Amino acid sequence: MNISNLFKIAFRALANNKMRAFLTMLGIIIGVASVITMIAIGQGSKKSISDQISEMGSNIIMVYPGGERRGGVRMDPSEMQTLKVENFETLRDECVCLSEISPNVSSSGQLISGNNNYPSSISGVGTGYLDIRQLKVEDGVMFTEADIHSSAKVCVIGRTIADNLFPDGSNPLGRTIRFNQVPFKIIGILESKGYNSMGMDQDDIVLAPYTTVMKRLLAVTYLEGIFASALSEDMTDRASDEIARILRREHKLKDTDPDDFEIRSTQELSKMLNTTTDLMTTLLACIAGISLVVGGIGIMNIMYVSVTERTKEIGLRMSVGARGMDILNQFLIESVLISITGGLIGVIVGCGASFAVKWIAHWPVYIQTWSVILSFAVCTLTGVFFGWYPAKKASGLDPIDALRYE
Amino acid sequence: MDMEKKKVIELQDIRRNFHVGDETVHALRGVSFTIEEGEFVTIMGTSGSGKSTLLNILGCLDTPTSGEYLLDGIPVRTMSKSQRARLRNRKIGFVFQNYNLLPKTTAVENVELPLMYNSKVSSAERRKRATDALLAVGLGDRLGHRSNQMSGGQMQRVAIARALVNDPAVILADEATGNLDTRTSFEILVLFQRLHAEGRTIIFVTHNPEIAQYSSRNIRLSDGHIIEDKVNSGILSAAEALSSLPVNDDD
Repeated sequence: MNISNLFKIAFRALANNKMRAFLTMLGIIIGVASVITMIAIGQGSKKSISDQISEMGSNIIMVYPGGERRGGVRMDPSEMQTLKVENFETLRDECVCLSEISPNVSSSGQLISGNNNYPSSISGVGTGYLDIRQLKVEDGVMFTEADIHSSAKVCVIGRTIADNLFPDGSNPLGRTIRFNQVPFKIIGILESKGYNSMGMDQDDIVLAPYTTVMKRLLAVTYLEGIFASALSEDMTDRASDEIARILRREHKLKDTDPDDFEIRSTQELSKMLNTTTDLMTTLLACIAGISLVVGGIGIMNIMYVSVTERTKEIGLRMSVGARGMDILNQFLIESVLISITGGLIGVIVGCGASFAVKWIAHWPVYIQTWSVILSFAVCTLTGVFFGWYPAKKASGLDPIDALRYE
Repeated sequence: MDMEKKKVIELQDIRRNFHVGDETVHALRGVSFTIEEGEFVTIMGTSGSGKSTLLNILGCLDTPTSGEYLLDGIPVRTMSKSQRARLRNRKIGFVFQNYNLLPKTTAVENVELPLMYNSKVSSAERRKRATDALLAVGLGDRLGHRSNQMSGGQMQRVAIARALVNDPAVILADEATGNLDTRTSFEILVLFQRLHAEGRTIIFVTHNPEIAQYSSRNIRLSDGHIIEDKVNSGILSAAEALSSLPVNDDD
């Protein structure tokens, strides 16, 4: 008995019962299609989140003052004064894992230009800030180290600010705006970045030298935070450790003292979000997996009924020379053919449904090759697994009894 | 009888017991006979005489409790299930009372079936042999007809073609005319007589004594014993009987 004959026999048997074969397949089709679609939706949302984070800058490290207790009262980080400009300078000079570093101070208030005004805040940063946040100056220039050194009253503004302060569309470059009574000359306009994943307008931004903001606006000597970017995403953890080590040294903390600062990275944020979406994907895949198992049981059910219904046929096949093994293989091949064909159709339907979700519901959808391979493999195994018992039963029939069966 | 002829079937004191609950049923109580190549043997007996059991043993579907059975010189009793399956595939052609064709399957595919389980036969040869067998039973124009599109007589012809396709040592017919009307029965008998004339060995199990008149030898069973085994010297011609039948207007 060669395999190709067995395939022919199994195929003919299925072709004789097209409707039943199709209905059996339906369980597998739905199972595979839902696994693929669910994983595609899950992975799509994961990818869109990670895309947004990497747009924000996936290797950003933020250092905030914090963790300090005074008489048991936890202080608001903005009131803490543990981060100094000297700390920033030390980090800038010593850290080897960082590509850029910038201090950060901010002050909120009203921006005024002529008879237009707009409530916003001004960020006092260093020249490295643009690279860290992946911002670009579209028009004009960024302020320089010289501007920082001289605490120059210059600023770079985002598109939203420009649109609100200059609604007539005139060029803001070279114009002077006032912020809390202090005049700033606009020397650059940032390229628009739109809204981020949290719904924040990334163009509502005014950048000025940190020295200017500290001395002329806030009259403080401490920083609100330090922004830095690691050389690469993989080096974020090392860079964070390096920053912590230097800051502990600079702050003269004993080994037993807790950190008086906090380090966060966008990588952490993305890890956290990924955990959430992974959980969601797993959940969806589990539900879809259950439907695949139900489909498998459908195959078993049909094959089981089919063995009883085809008892006479089995008897005949045995009487003309089919061995138990041939009968076993025939029924096994039938169930595998059902599951593989169902699996193939399921893959097509699943991909189709994923695209439909993408186009109709505008959800981010990302079809995973591994999910296609996995669900296909699982459904083939399902066919073998659930087809085995009925096939075994068929092969064990006695030809005399089977022939006499009515 | 020519003693030079090859012995196709040799039964030596065949016994077959079945255990039903605590009782032992003796279906065959020592059956011995030899069938030579080219014989057309009818095995007759009432129900319970043991003819079904004998047929199952002759067809290698069952093995005797004791005694030896040689099919074409091969001892069957000690064979495994799959060895017997192979033997059935190469040496035996079955014709059943209820035809046992595969449903919704064409005549030629039905006839191909035994060859599907013989890996030595290529698909081209299989198709050719199936077509030839159907031509031999007079169904050359019905190759592509499905089993549900055929009459009882046609279905039985397909079944006979299926029994012929592996060129078996013996054709075993089990009440092959039992489901057919008189006219069609004679048509099938004509076919069996023609196959006999071509030198085929045929064993025809039946409870209809009329059929014995058309065979070359008649074995009668009763209660697991052979009560009669005689050569039929005056074989009737089924073709003549068929032509003498009144013409059926319904056909």
